[in-house]
Amino acid sequence: MIEVRGLTKRYGDKVAVDDLTFGVEPGRVTGFLGPNGAGKTTTMRCILGLDYPDKGTVVIDGKVFRDFAFPMREVGALLEAKAVHGGRSAYNHLLCLAQTNNLPRRRIGEALELVGLTEVATKRSKGFSLGMSQRLGIAATLLGDPKMVMFDEPVNGLDPEGILWIRNLMKALAAGGRTVFVSSHLMSEMENTADHLIVIGRGKLIADCTMKEFVARASGASVRVRTPSADQLIRAVSAKGATVGTGDDESIEVRGMSAEQIGDLAFSEGIRLHELATVRASLEEAFMELTADSVEFHADAPGRPASVMIGNGV
Amino acid sequence: MTTTTAVVSLPVLPPATGRAGLRGVLASEFTKLRSVRSTYWTLAALIIVSVGIAAIAGFGVASNIHNNPQNKPGTDATQASLIAFFELGQLIIAVIGAMSITSEYSTGMIRTSLTVMPRRGTIYLAKLIVLTTVALIVSLVTSFISFFVGQAAMSGSGVSASLFHSITIPANALVKGPAGGPGNGPPTVTFQGIETISPGTVLAAVIGTALFVTVVALIAFGLGAIIRHTAGAITSAIGLLFVLSIIIQLLPDSWRWDIMRFFPDAAGRVLSVTVGPSNPHLWSAWPQFLVTVIWAVALVGAGGYLFSKRDA
Repeated sequence: MIEVRGLTKRYGDKVAVDDLTFGVEPGRVTGFLGPNGAGKTTTMRCILGLDYPDKGTVVIDGKVFRDFAFPMREVGALLEAKAVHGGRSAYNHLLCLAQTNNLPRRRIGEALELVGLTEVATKRSKGFSLGMSQRLGIAATLLGDPKMVMFDEPVNGLDPEGILWIRNLMKALAAGGRTVFVSSHLMSEMENTADHLIVIGRGKLIADCTMKEFVARASGASVRVRTPSADQLIRAVSAKGATVGTGDDESIEVRGMSAEQIGDLAFSEGIRLHELATVRASLEEAFMELTADSVEFHADAPGRPASVMIGNGV
Repeated sequence: MTTTTAVVSLPVLPPATGRAGLRGVLASEFTKLRSVRSTYWTLAALIIVSVGIAAIAGFGVASNIHNNPQNKPGTDATQASLIAFFELGQLIIAVIGAMSITSEYSTGMIRTSLTVMPRRGTIYLAKLIVLTTVALIVSLVTSFISFFVGQAAMSGSGVSASLFHSITIPANALVKGPAGGPGNGPPTVTFQGIETISPGTVLAAVIGTALFVTVVALIAFGLGAIIRHTAGAITSAIGLLFVLSIIIQLLPDSWRWDIMRFFPDAAGRVLSVTVGPSNPHLWSAWPQFLVTVIWAVALVGAGGYLFSKRDA
């Protein structure tokens, strides 16, 4: 259980995280969503004590992270896959981490086996692909068999197979009762993985809800109707209080009535229908709508960068 | 790579008692140091440069004495063997000292290190202890090898130093006859008086120089912790240890020495001296060494404070 209370972090005069309060529960995957620059990484860095908050507190199972006897047994975190010394072999990288928490050496081989890096254990990690680096980072997070794992944008740059692997891993970790906290700037990544969502924009909390609630909110459904007698149908549904918009390719979009109600109405009015379908806003659209006001760098704002690279210096 | 669908089959970790502390982090920091090639390259460079130049200097001294025997008095055979080690070796060990902390920042490894061990004081202390130990051992080894190789190169020249018995060298030389011009034979030189150099003096110079070079590594480490950038830390260490003293040499004689004695590199000049009167402008060897130590304590302390207080 991670509890973030009133977290505020400034870099210079720029507020990265603004009075953020939320909790992350064990036994489920909690997605941490927000556009680039929303403050996700900063929040995670404050949870780990890498950055010191200007205001607010973060406690993990009631304690500040650095006070745990064996930090690796509490939290495994992967913020940047490339935050390793490239001249060090995969084995030695994990060894120097394991030694800090007095973990047994055999654990390193087991972790390498789990992520499929056994064959390159003695190779220097500077030659690793991004996918292999991610796996090495994940091996590091799992060394201490932690109660919580935290991943920052774990699927960035991965191939579909790697993405699937990480998704399954996160689900399995949550199913095993662990707290899983994973950030992303893409809703689609969370769609099949997260049980709960924390959405932030410009450092502020926008939503803290279950995936089901988010889906329900997203399906502010409209009904697409195609009919040769459009005018007649528009009059009929408008009389029932629904609103009508024009869709593409001559269809019309009705809001405020279900597909069943429209079908029944059309039947009783003798209107022929060629198509009748409920349209759900996709989760991606719902997410974009939710965060539209808080996007840090709009692509269409001239002279401003479309996105910000968070340096992963080599 | 194989697709793993049934993930998380890691065996359960046996429960731990106690608390992760300095002992484990020391092992970790030693692993970090020994598992990257740059450590070996820089240590090899330190030994090759120090010992190699000690040999060259030895041959140089031997040839100089052969041609100019009147230079025999005042020739410091010990310092001739150690000068490369403390003048150039200090720059190389500064690279090792600075990089033992800045490489964590240049690679981003520091974020990983502080995530697995968020007690920053423990990490800093462990880094400091591992660096001090390695630098001390390597410096002592280099200093002794430089001395012995340098002496071997000088053998038969009539000047030498020894760690095992006292050596006497003439105190003054009187030159008669042709003063070494072309076509003239070597001048006739007679010597007066003797100066005795005890093995204790030589041993103090060899060990003192090694301690000086070790402390230089710590100065660079402190600068590395403050600056957190490899090139910046190395440049400032070289500036402090090497460039600054050259600049000071340009100052008026009347007061430049009074400034120089407060700088960390001055100790190298007096610690290695075994012959002749002590430098009147600098403190004697060990008080001068204390100046270097104070620099190291201040920089390592400031670095430690910033290491704990700054965002990583």
